[in-house]
Amino acid sequence: MQLFPNKPAPPSDDKRWKIVDGTMNRHGREQYALIEILHTVQETFGFLTDEALRYVAVSLRVPFSKVYGVATFYHFFTMKPPGEHTCVVCTGTACYVKGAAKLIDAVKEEVGIAPSETTKDGKVSLLTARCIGACGLAPAAVFDGDVAGKQTGEKVKGRLREYSQPIAVAAGVGA
Amino acid sequence: MNYEELGNVAVKAREVEGKYEHTIKVCIAAGCLSSHADEVRVGIEKEVKNRGLEQSCKVKGVGCMGLCAAGPLVADKNNEKMFQGVTAADAAAIVDAVVDSKPAPEAIKLDSNLDFFKGQQKIVLENCGEIDPEKIEDYIAHSGYEALFKCLTEMKPAQVIEQVTKSGIRGRGGAGFPTGLKWTAVSKATGAHKYVICNADEGDPGAFMDRSVLESDPHRVLEGMAIAAYAVGADRGFIYCRAEYPLAVKRLRIAIKQAEQHGLLGQNIGDTKFDFKVEVRLGAGAFVCGEETALIASVEGGRGTPRPRPPFPANSGLWGEPTLINNVETLANIAPIVLKGGDWYASFGTEKSKGTKVFALAGRVKNTGLIEVPMGISLRDIVYKLGGGIPEGRQFKAVQTGGPSGGCVPAQFLDISVDYDSLASVGAIIGSGGMIVMDETSCMVDVAQFFMDFCMSESCGKCVPCRVGTKQMLGILRRIVNGEGTEEELNKLTELAQMVKTTSLCGLGQTTPNPILTTLRYFMDEYKAHIDKKECPAGVCMKKLETAEVGA
Repeated sequence: MQLFPNKPAPPSDDKRWKIVDGTMNRHGREQYALIEILHTVQETFGFLTDEALRYVAVSLRVPFSKVYGVATFYHFFTMKPPGEHTCVVCTGTACYVKGAAKLIDAVKEEVGIAPSETTKDGKVSLLTARCIGACGLAPAAVFDGDVAGKQTGEKVKGRLREYSQPIAVAAGVGA
Repeated sequence: MNYEELGNVAVKAREVEGKYEHTIKVCIAAGCLSSHADEVRVGIEKEVKNRGLEQSCKVKGVGCMGLCAAGPLVADKNNEKMFQGVTAADAAAIVDAVVDSKPAPEAIKLDSNLDFFKGQQKIVLENCGEIDPEKIEDYIAHSGYEALFKCLTEMKPAQVIEQVTKSGIRGRGGAGFPTGLKWTAVSKATGAHKYVICNADEGDPGAFMDRSVLESDPHRVLEGMAIAAYAVGADRGFIYCRAEYPLAVKRLRIAIKQAEQHGLLGQNIGDTKFDFKVEVRLGAGAFVCGEETALIASVEGGRGTPRPRPPFPANSGLWGEPTLINNVETLANIAPIVLKGGDWYASFGTEKSKGTKVFALAGRVKNTGLIEVPMGISLRDIVYKLGGGIPEGRQFKAVQTGGPSGGCVPAQFLDISVDYDSLASVGAIIGSGGMIVMDETSCMVDVAQFFMDFCMSESCGKCVPCRVGTKQMLGILRRIVNGEGTEEELNKLTELAQMVKTTSLCGLGQTTPNPILTTLRYFMDEYKAHIDKKECPAGVCMKKLETAEVGA
């Protein structure tokens, strides 16, 4: 058995690994593509698992410490599973000047979570972004990938109330 | 594709465009899309179809029209009739107004003669809001890729650099280094390969110039990169773009594919021996990656930590080879400089700051959005003429320029000329172009704390002054904001700020103290009020007492 096989087998037979393999192959399994590949893992699985990081390390033949170092250096990568819905409040300067703090307070009042926390029932995660570039529409928030401008505490609470309703289709998150 | 074929594409695209008597342009940049501009576009298309006007009225998605706060924006062909805050339900009224010249409802009417539009001088943004960013033909019809062909067929690399040097353009990413000098250095450097990197890691919170250019006119940036590559002798390019800008990334990828299909990127470009391949690389949310050596480390797939310079990337950059790194806006200026000449470009602006600059105007100002103005315009004109002043009759307090690396320009300098040197003389910088207007409801100590919080968490941790200094400065600022600061700490803050400024490894640490230093200089009374009277003149800070968290 090779210690570093050319193409190691994925950790499980989850079909989503094929997407990750696809990105790795597209970049010829070159080490410089590490960040691109981590992006694919996060897009596919919702967050970076320990298992995934190890698989990427072996596939690219880089030390696990390097992969872990990169994954934890960049704010965009998360190693915590996200909630079913995500609410990202932009805390860029324009949003800050126009009251982003009030939006964060509103989330706290409505569902009782602070930034980078998820509600106990796993319904909603609150995240903050440095700047989503929607400064003309400040203060802005992103609900499940949908940018919403000119937000108020009440508007944010309204969106969160929609999320607490039972929903037919739940976004799948790999375990 | 050769020059003749390019001309044919342009002629054909213009012919197709000319067949339509009317054009309705819908902004499909990220700002307007978030206000559902896509639904508006579909609605208008339906309305045009229902009236059987498909042959005479074209509905077209275009890039950013600038006035983001009033989105979604819709305009006719020559921007004579403009509409704001449009919904799909307004489709009929818009078609009435454009095709049948009926008066538009007041609620959606936007005065196209606003100073916001008339006060601008567009070079970088000339195609934004005019062309469809996802169609290369549209770009070619607007003289796209002509400059590249002019370089490949009529100019030697040294002549291209000569024009760029003559134009006097300085790097638009913030530092303001003369672009011509940078190009000369890379062209003279030797290496097996040379690279061109486009820095699209617009990390300054409160700035969105580069995002808008990439979303509205991606080919302009690609053309600028290709010209740069030809001039310095590079054969491979990377665009390092923030992952937070998914639409910009998508449009860039479409643009690269189209350019490759048309033989404008790839091998033997324009049937010459020039090869140039471009790839997009995604950032992952690290402000420090805007620093060029950190950016290179990130493109190589590692942690984005800077390294000491020299050697400069011009000599030893990506994978140790000579590398040219330019900002999006700098590269977007290249095609017009080549087409119209360096002297033409140098006719705009001031003696030491040539050309125009794109600013993202945001915060407490009436017209928030994207503007392009000649260097040397007064700050007052930007805030009051183009920006339309401060809403709700409030008092202007300061403009924050350059983000976390910049400074605050207070009211007494409203008549300052906006150029690299004048802003530097008052402790601020032009930076990448973010301009946040603040009124009496903003507390400057709190603002300083906001930026320090940002810099502390964005510090890569490699050098001690930045890693430890930011944490200590933030601690002092938090105590002042909470009404626990002392006079002695204020002195310590000043001392620390100077120390971090002079001893940090990279631009992030060296500029981190700027927001503190400028607020200390111009708003000492606010600091004093927090310390001596335990009150916040703007009424921002003490309320936060209960929710304040000292973390990380």
